[in-house]
Amino acid sequence: MTTPNEPQPKVDSLPPANPAAATASAAAVSAKPVAVASPQPTNPAQPLAPPAPPPPNPLAHLSLPFKGVDYKAKGYHCEATVAPDQVVAVAEVLDKEGLSLDTITGVDWMVEGQMEVVYDYFHPTKTLRVVVRTRIPRDNPEIATIYKVFPGANWHERETHDFFGIRFLGHPNLTPFLLPEDATFHPLRKDYAA
Amino acid sequence: MITKEAIMSNGAPSETFTLNLGPQHPATHGVLRVKMTMDGEYIVRAEPVCGYIHRMQEKMGENRTYAQFLPNTSRIDYLSAMTYTHGFVGAVERALKLQVPPRAEYIRVITSEMNRISSHLVWWGAFLLDLGGFTPLLYAFDDREKILDLLESITGSRLTYSYFRIGGVYNDVDDQFLKGTREFVAHMRPRLKMYRSLVTDNIILRKRLIDIGPISSEMCRKYGATGPVIRGSGVPYDVRRVEPYSVYSEFDFVIPTFQETDSMARYLVRMEEIVQSLRIIEQALDKLPAGPVMAEKVPRVLKLPAGDYCYATEAARGRFAVRIVSDGKEIPYRVKLRTPSLSNLSLFEEASAGMLLPDALALMGSLDLVIPDIDR
Repeated sequence: MTTPNEPQPKVDSLPPANPAAATASAAAVSAKPVAVASPQPTNPAQPLAPPAPPPPNPLAHLSLPFKGVDYKAKGYHCEATVAPDQVVAVAEVLDKEGLSLDTITGVDWMVEGQMEVVYDYFHPTKTLRVVVRTRIPRDNPEIATIYKVFPGANWHERETHDFFGIRFLGHPNLTPFLLPEDATFHPLRKDYAA
Repeated sequence: MITKEAIMSNGAPSETFTLNLGPQHPATHGVLRVKMTMDGEYIVRAEPVCGYIHRMQEKMGENRTYAQFLPNTSRIDYLSAMTYTHGFVGAVERALKLQVPPRAEYIRVITSEMNRISSHLVWWGAFLLDLGGFTPLLYAFDDREKILDLLESITGSRLTYSYFRIGGVYNDVDDQFLKGTREFVAHMRPRLKMYRSLVTDNIILRKRLIDIGPISSEMCRKYGATGPVIRGSGVPYDVRRVEPYSVYSEFDFVIPTFQETDSMARYLVRMEEIVQSLRIIEQALDKLPAGPVMAEKVPRVLKLPAGDYCYATEAARGRFAVRIVSDGKEIPYRVKLRTPSLSNLSLFEEASAGMLLPDALALMGSLDLVIPDIDR
């Protein structure tokens, strides 16, 4: 049943029924080819403005796959996705750059069968936030610890082990941190039933 | 000064023993347990044991909508609820590209700074209570009461405000609040002078804090310590200045730092921060624009575009950061809460090694821990 309240199709956005006629009539009024521009918005494949330049990369001088990120949209300045065996080397480089470890966490991508490990860094004196990501197989989540580079990673890795079951190889004390001392479950895994 | 060597040379036994500080100890302010290996009065190793008030806030974030999770954010660090809610709504606003009206941003700044002062006052009273002084607590809570009354009049709550909403604030401030806040600023300045002559210049306090528990800026960096802890080590790190959010870039304030790195430096940073917060409040009241306090067209059903979004705020204890991972649904895929107390406490084991137990308690108090903030 159609009602009077049903939204009407927006006439403005539709292309003219006969573009050739519209162009011809416009050309008849003015010699300037103003009407030529009118079909452009109907073609989404051609954006009017050139694409925005990529955000600057403050860590471009490092030989690491960092790329700049729009801070206003994301809340960090650059990010890199690295191989799992690279995280310690990356932590050492960022340590030399004078960054500080913000936090370590995981994200369970159950459908892909992967665990994402996210390392957040910040600079204590500059405006710089860095995100380093890596993905490890979900059925055998193991990755090297970075606590030797940043001792603060000790607790963050224990917490990530609590919540996701990710084993940090070489960690001195991978016992439950926030969960009970006999906990064998990992509540932030997506297949964990509360 | 009695040294360990002097005690040992008098024939004291050299074996160590284990001492549990907490989880129900007055100096741990809540339910923190510190497993200490003691060599007499000296600490060999002090290992904090966390999780006694763990509530799995991050799991709660994964089974409710963004608006439903908002009240949780006031309950992580209950003394600094405004800045925590700000971090969460800021991340959602960033993802939705919502434009928060200027009046709402100014109100956020005013209430956040009021909250910071009230948090520092609780720390001041409780810290001095740890050190054996009871009277300052009464003064601190007297002044804090004025803040809580003012915030209650606009938020309806005295501690867990949940006042910031996605796109603005819950309701507008009235003239009574603005007048009362100006009166509070005028009232607080002479009180701080009194605090100084009553406590800060007190020789007993100075003897208990100066040169006690030094934390180098390098140790802060390695452990990710922020807030008054890193500023007491001489590093002017403040999220309000380094990653300016809201309208903080429009105010004139300094980031107080002290180079001494000891417990007294952290004490002085917080006292100076109260002065700076009062300055920010005064400027924000002067500049407070008219207009709406909620963004137009906040969608009723919030669905964030897929991706991850971070937002960091400067809470009373340091850097609080939220990471939201969205898969485009109404319910977040992942909410990560990075809390300052966890990083600030994580350096305690290294910093307290070899200290006398009463000095270590002064160090712990100067870190200003809120245990639910660590355990989440």
